[in-house]
Amino acid sequence: MERVPTEHVPVPPLAGLRPANTGNPPIGPLVKPPAPVLAPQIIGARGLAKTYPNGQAVFAGVDLDIRADQRVALIGSNGAGKSTLLKCLIGLLPSTHGEITTLGERFLAAPNAAQLTRLRRQIGFVFQNHGLVGRQSVLTNVIQGKLGLPGSWRAWHHALARQEWREEAMAVLAEVRLADKASARADQLSGGQAQRVAIARALIRRPRLLIADEPAASLDPAVGRDIMRIFSELARDHGITLVYTTHDMQHALDYSDRIVALKDGKVHFDRPTTRVSLRDMDGVFHG
Amino acid sequence: MASTTSPTLPRALPPSRLPSISPLSFTVLVVVGALFLVSMGQVAPSPEKLANGLPRMAELVGRMLPPNTDPGFLQRMGWRILETLQIALVGTVFGVVISLPMGWLAARGISPLGAFRHFPRALISLFRTVPDLVWALLFVSTLGLGAVAGTMTIVVDTIGFCGRFFAEAMEEADKKPQEALHAIGANRVTVLCGAILPDVMPTLINSSLFALEKAVRASVVLGLVGAGGIGQELKVAFDLFQYRNASAIILAIFIIVLAMEFLTDRLRAKFQ
Ligand SMILES: Nc1ncnc2c1ncn2[C@@H]1O[C@H](COP(=O)(O)OP(=O)(O)OP(=O)(O)O)[C@@H](O)[C@H]1O
Ligand SMILES: [Mg+2]
Repeated sequence: MERVPTEHVPVPPLAGLRPANTGNPPIGPLVKPPAPVLAPQIIGARGLAKTYPNGQAVFAGVDLDIRADQRVALIGSNGAGKSTLLKCLIGLLPSTHGEITTLGERFLAAPNAAQLTRLRRQIGFVFQNHGLVGRQSVLTNVIQGKLGLPGSWRAWHHALARQEWREEAMAVLAEVRLADKASARADQLSGGQAQRVAIARALIRRPRLLIADEPAASLDPAVGRDIMRIFSELARDHGITLVYTTHDMQHALDYSDRIVALKDGKVHFDRPTTRVSLRDMDGVFHG
Repeated sequence: MASTTSPTLPRALPPSRLPSISPLSFTVLVVVGALFLVSMGQVAPSPEKLANGLPRMAELVGRMLPPNTDPGFLQRMGWRILETLQIALVGTVFGVVISLPMGWLAARGISPLGAFRHFPRALISLFRTVPDLVWALLFVSTLGLGAVAGTMTIVVDTIGFCGRFFAEAMEEADKKPQEALHAIGANRVTVLCGAILPDVMPTLINSSLFALEKAVRASVVLGLVGAGGIGQELKVAFDLFQYRNASAIILAIFIIVLAMEFLTDRLRAKFQ
């Protein structure tokens, strides 16, 4: 990847990743013949660079094109910049260079307030260590996922929330198989249950895009796989675009349609999951 | 050089028994010592004073006994005790309720005021550092004698105490749920109600119960400067040399404060 960040150049939509690549998969952004049918673009980034105010350069010249219905795994070693990239793409962190178009909002460094509000309304988040309010009930935690949406000022406690949302929360809890825990306190759940609640809290927003930063990192292998499966199945069933980071190669290979690897501040490779071998994966972390 | 090192390692010596002291610390120590000796000569009771005072103390105690149990007096005292508790309760509740937004405005990293959070912070410090009897004097001279001045004093006292602890508790609240809610666009008030307050609730209840306990102790003496409550009765008793009344009142105060501590201890254990 030798590209210099191209600034503010309106770029025609790049090809999606539907057509199989031939021969050796290229390293870097794919500029391939256009796919027959293009799903709507969810995230587009051109020449994206991020340097923290303290001078820490994280990545530069990143091009990324994520389309609807894709489940994208973002991999890279500790400090490669996965979390930073995610935050830049959804406008929670200003980027230093390049242009981003996420969910139809086009912005340079950071979205303006109105764009940010619109973005947040369409995005669900799941973090490592769930970030639930421990001393509140599971139901309240799920309903709090509605905060930030119009008319949500009462949604900070289930007892005050409007009835449709309470019912919706129970339905979403049933989807993550936790309806029976609705009135349990969040700090009495196991790690896997808590992460399922966090997924429910993200799903209740009915997001178009689901962002998950190491959703299975603190879970044991069996529970971790369980979470990843719930995740990717729900995303597929609800037509939600899923972008997640992981350190677990198997999670990346098993639960994604596409893998983007970050290394040395660049996109190391970006391919359909079926075309990624374990050796490619190894190359991300060594050598 | 490596060849000449002996195979046995040099034995490390234990540190000296006496702490080493820097010249500065030594000077400070000497100055404080001298200050203490001079002050003692001026304000500490001399042996003669003590020798004279002790019999008088004994005499006073003798005149206090037995405590007055006249029903008319006990009834009047009962009303005064009730007033004391009312001052403490109402003052604490108002104080706690005002402390919540004050603490929020003053909390670092949470306050919507940004750098201006130092204003509520300074106000809370002012409320805390000026002693309650001084506040009572101020309120007596502005609001007049009586229980209202006492209640206001307890309100201010409670804000000084709770405002600070509430702010500190909010600063230490778990950040992850707050970040999770901020990320989806929740506003500050819903984050406060939905994530911060539930997280710090045990601390809030704890500090509030301490504040109540403190308020009962404070409201007992507020009467000494005319701010209502049982203290007023105590002052009258001493002013009129009714020592048997005074002893009954002191006994009652002792019982109230003990009962209050017992009660708040129980409540604290319950809310842990
Ligand atoms: N707020 C910040 N200020 C300055 N530097 C930061 C900040 N956050 C992250 N960094 C630096 O940016 C680089 C990328 O961090 P980031 O957290 O994005 O990596 P990551 O790929 O998510 O790592 P991990 O796998 O450990 O989560 C790191 O070198 C990190 O030290
Ligand atoms: Mg990270």
